[in-house]
Amino acid sequence: MSPKAGRRARKPGKARAATDRDFYDLRLYIAGQTARSLAALANLQKICDEHLEGRYRIEVIDLLERPQLASGDQILALPTLVRKLPEPIRKLVGDLSNTERALVGLDLRPRSPAT
Amino acid sequence: MAKTAARPALVRSVPKSPTGIQGLDEITGGGLPRGRPTLVCGGPGCGKTILGMEFLINGARQFDEPGVFMSFEETIEDLAMNFASLGLDPRPLSVHKKLALDYVRIEPNEIQETGAYDLDGLFIRLGHAIDSVGAKRVVLDTIETLFAGLSDTRVLRAELRRLFNWLRTKGVTAIVTGERGEGTMTRHGLEEYITDCVIMLDHRVVEQNATRRLRVVKYRGSTHGANESPFFIDESGISVLPITSLGLQHSVSPGRLSTGVPALDEMVGGKGYFRGSSILVTGTAGSGKTSLAGYFAEAGCRRGESALYFAFEESAAQITRNMQSIGLDLEPCLRKGLLQIHAARPTTSGLEGHLSAMHRLVEEKKPRVVVVDPISNLIAVGTSLEVKAMLARLIDFMKVRQVTALFTSLTIDEGYPEGTDIGISSFMDTWLVLRNIERNGERIRTLDVLKSRGMPHSNQVREFVLTSQGLQLLDVVRDHGRVLIGSERSAHVAVDAVLARPEKRAPRR
Repeated sequence: MSPKAGRRARKPGKARAATDRDFYDLRLYIAGQTARSLAALANLQKICDEHLEGRYRIEVIDLLERPQLASGDQILALPTLVRKLPEPIRKLVGDLSNTERALVGLDLRPRSPAT
Repeated sequence: MAKTAARPALVRSVPKSPTGIQGLDEITGGGLPRGRPTLVCGGPGCGKTILGMEFLINGARQFDEPGVFMSFEETIEDLAMNFASLGLDPRPLSVHKKLALDYVRIEPNEIQETGAYDLDGLFIRLGHAIDSVGAKRVVLDTIETLFAGLSDTRVLRAELRRLFNWLRTKGVTAIVTGERGEGTMTRHGLEEYITDCVIMLDHRVVEQNATRRLRVVKYRGSTHGANESPFFIDESGISVLPITSLGLQHSVSPGRLSTGVPALDEMVGGKGYFRGSSILVTGTAGSGKTSLAGYFAEAGCRRGESALYFAFEESAAQITRNMQSIGLDLEPCLRKGLLQIHAARPTTSGLEGHLSAMHRLVEEKKPRVVVVDPISNLIAVGTSLEVKAMLARLIDFMKVRQVTALFTSLTIDEGYPEGTDIGISSFMDTWLVLRNIERNGERIRTLDVLKSRGMPHSNQVREFVLTSQGLQLLDVVRDHGRVLIGSERSAHVAVDAVLARPEKRAPRR
């Protein structure tokens, strides 16, 4: 995936800006390799494969290893997925098992008027 | 007295972490339960955050216990700015790794819940902050904000329970703040989870005066004062004034000190007041109370002792000028810095405000003599019962420090000069009564010692005059067993003088 991302980023001018808007920079915060962490990662992978093919990057941060990173993205609940790009930043709390909500949270599906 | 009875129990009670907050450690018998969370709750603006921050800062500064402040409401910059104005700037301590500050921002609009989660992130952050400074104290202010950001209250409640238990296993002494709810101590019922110690703060307005109250609702494994205690927040932070008195365990001194008026020294056992005693001077308007207070303060300065004069009626300049008119020059004392006059209108702050300011100044300046002129004016800002309780506390406080204090009090009813409005005379060791009697078309000033514990004292009502040479007690003149005062007295003296003259001159002839 990263070679693809790199290739896209090399595109110049207007086209580059347009692709940047489409590019998803995602950060998944977890605490250890728990069942819930693994479920979150699997669910995220599935969503990306289905909806963001070739235009995403996932960085997994295990806070047990790097606790100092928790405050930067204001992490409280785990797992939390942070969409760094495209802006604005979005935070998805939970193991992403509710795909519908996850897609809405990632702006891959329009928010229903009720929410 | 309850305090004395409780003392043996204190020895067996749970270990405690002193807050360093004036008065609070007294009420709690030594501080908050060590290694356990304490819930501090109350309405908005009641002082929860300040209490928490002061607990941490005192811990870091005085008890070598570093702390973590986790703020869920204010940013670190805002907190630092607000607290700098209270002399509680957390930033220097944070630089020296004595304090970790973490701002937890919860933005409900940013958060989408997509499945199962827990609050491990919060645990990790808090754990990291605790480890980074080796914290022994933690403040969570106000953790209930979480309920605004996360919708699954079932999970939240379970996680909070886990958090408080985790804090216990960590062995940190924690303060968890909570906003008062409708009919409950906190909005989300934190009192269910924190049962070791609960402190309630209150901020209410009584007769236009804002008063703050603190109450220890419960304290597992320890006795504690159950009363509401007034507290005050000023530029040095919080001070709580327990209504219950310190008790009567202070040491007494056989030392004596001059009243400032030699003839009056004679009246109180020949040597003046006892050091560390409390003196009450009552009298009607214009009877010379302030003059007597001035003499007392000036005498202190002449002995080289520092004196603190609390004036609730006149400004410092006014007092000095008026004293000048009776030949008492306070200027040199003021110049040398031995005498300090603190003038304030009683209504400038609540009763707690005045008393806490007085406490603080006495702590800070360490005077040997103190004048409060007049205490009766404090009634203007408190109810009589309150004034009495707080004066009792002030008197105890000064006695413990061996400060000799003179209080003046205005009496309204000429017929009852022995009655004080505040009913505080029983706390006083010496009581002087001044009168300004109208008789046969003239006003006569008199002074007598109504009581003076532990010394033989005069039982005469003495006449005195305030002249440009000072306060002069006139010699007692008797006629047929009656003490003469006023013009009767001068007439008698004049007649005596005339009668005496021929005898003296007789041999010349």
